Amino acid sequence: MLAFLIRRLGQSVFVLIGITLFVSFTIRLSGDPAVALFQGASAPTPEQLASIRQALGTDRPFLQQYAEFVAGVARGDLGTSFRTGGPVAAAVMQRFPTTVALALSSLAISLLLAVPLGVLAARRRGGVADLIVRVVSLLGLSFPNFWLGIMLILIFGVRLRWLPPSGYEGPVSLILPSLTLGLILASTTTRLVRSSLLDVLNEQYVVTARAKGIHENAVVYLHALRTALIPLVTFVGLQIGGLIGGVVIIEKVFAWPGLGSLALNAIAVRDYPMLQGTIVVLAVFIAAINLLVDMSYALLDPRVRVG
Amino acid sequence: MRRALRDPSFVIGLTILIVVIGAALLAPWLSPYDPGAATLRSRLAEPYTAQHPLGADAIGRDILSRIIFGARISLTVGVASVTIAMIVGTLIGLVAGYFGGLLDAVLMRLADIQLAFPFILLAITVIAVIGPGLWKVILVMALTQWVQYARIVRGQTLALRSKEYVQAAGALGAGHGRVMFGHILLNALTPVTVLATLGVANNILLEAGLTFLGLGVDPTIPSWGGMLADGRNYIERAWWVATFPGLAITVTVLGFNLLGDWLRDTLDPRTR
Repeated sequence: MLAFLIRRLGQSVFVLIGITLFVSFTIRLSGDPAVALFQGASAPTPEQLASIRQALGTDRPFLQQYAEFVAGVARGDLGTSFRTGGPVAAAVMQRFPTTVALALSSLAISLLLAVPLGVLAARRRGGVADLIVRVVSLLGLSFPNFWLGIMLILIFGVRLRWLPPSGYEGPVSLILPSLTLGLILASTTTRLVRSSLLDVLNEQYVVTARAKGIHENAVVYLHALRTALIPLVTFVGLQIGGLIGGVVIIEKVFAWPGLGSLALNAIAVRDYPMLQGTIVVLAVFIAAINLLVDMSYALLDPRVRVG
Repeated sequence: MRRALRDPSFVIGLTILIVVIGAALLAPWLSPYDPGAATLRSRLAEPYTAQHPLGADAIGRDILSRIIFGARISLTVGVASVTIAMIVGTLIGLVAGYFGGLLDAVLMRLADIQLAFPFILLAITVIAVIGPGLWKVILVMALTQWVQYARIVRGQTLALRSKEYVQAAGALGAGHGRVMFGHILLNALTPVTVLATLGVANNILLEAGLTFLGLGVDPTIPSWGGMLADGRNYIERAWWVATFPGLAITVTVLGFNLLGDWLRDTLDPRTR
């Protein structure tokens, strides 16, 4: 387990270096921030630009800047916002909890829907319930998430006035955005639970359990489901990246004050340290979840530990 | 073929695609209005009238006409990005799987990074720098997605390389190129086709999402994502502005998903 953990940690570090290198390199390609930052009546003189560059530290070689950025990240310092002049880390950390709340509640909704529906469809394979679940989940796969969000706003926020249509007015504001993402995610997850359970129900140990006269419910819930849910854990890990991507769009739809809207605003005002800090924090979050998923996978499935 | 015609996934999926592709090709003849023509008299005109069957947007442009023209953008982005990613990915995967070595190692590490880095974040970073635009969106998608195709083809190539018929071809004097393209590639294309069909569906959704965020195609071009972004602003007064373009995306994506599912089930009977 320890060797596995070390190897897996090394992999995460490698991935994070790749992502941060890519992000900081790409952002440096966007042109000279000194020109964007200069505020004066006339065109900036070369001396003025040089002094801004020196103040920003963008006059030094790229690798040196990157090394300083990484050292900063390790200390919890993500640089200074070009626009506000305040620390990026404080702005990002202030919004991090709202984004995580949205992501995790969406995940919870999707699992609460997908596991029972997937089990139902697999047990009634070929029946009406199976057909309905399959058609609805295929439809869910085809919805643009932001359109579903707009439709939910239209129905529950504008027409029925049951829920706040957008913004952040306490925990009730979480319902519509997390329902949007949860429903979309549930469609893929339901398909996975269904096919995974169908596979397991054909295994010999399940046939044996049935032959012993164990009640069908016990066979499904105590014997088969446990094994069938192992792929679900990996799947959840793989979906985290897509989920965070969805969160970025949904935050825009619902004017949700999270990291996604922070990143989009940063692009609009060309505040590159802010954009870089936001993306790095999201990437670390995704890498951490994936690490946890892989570790729990090793704990759940004894076959993984051997390899 | 007769069996395919009895499968509802195939029939519905194909019908949808024929309609959408037809609309895209015949857009100038099918649409009742110029999609860019703003008529102040029709501002936020209600739908279900003879004049504007699907209503008009905030500056009086006909929504039906814009949806018909929008099909061109969605199909162009979906098909072009997948085609580029598929060709590049297949070639690299084939070479990496066949020869192994450094290229193979680099490919697998790239795939790790790509798995950990959500497309939207990557697209945001790149488009923040190079700016939005139709071909830029296509290129960003292709640049990030070729890895998926490369991984699949690599796996297939590894499995096929040791098959007797491939070894026999080599023993009979076929060169590396002939073995790779003549013997391995054709047999590796099955999963690639399925992935590509579902990939078009996925990229149509991604393009709409990026355009919705203002990071996709030019807002002056009629596109479904752009219409939705517009409609979001008028949701309290005019439900139709956001509803119909969203339906257009859903139906089109559903068409590709149905065909993709059908292809997968047909080509790989185990999943049935």
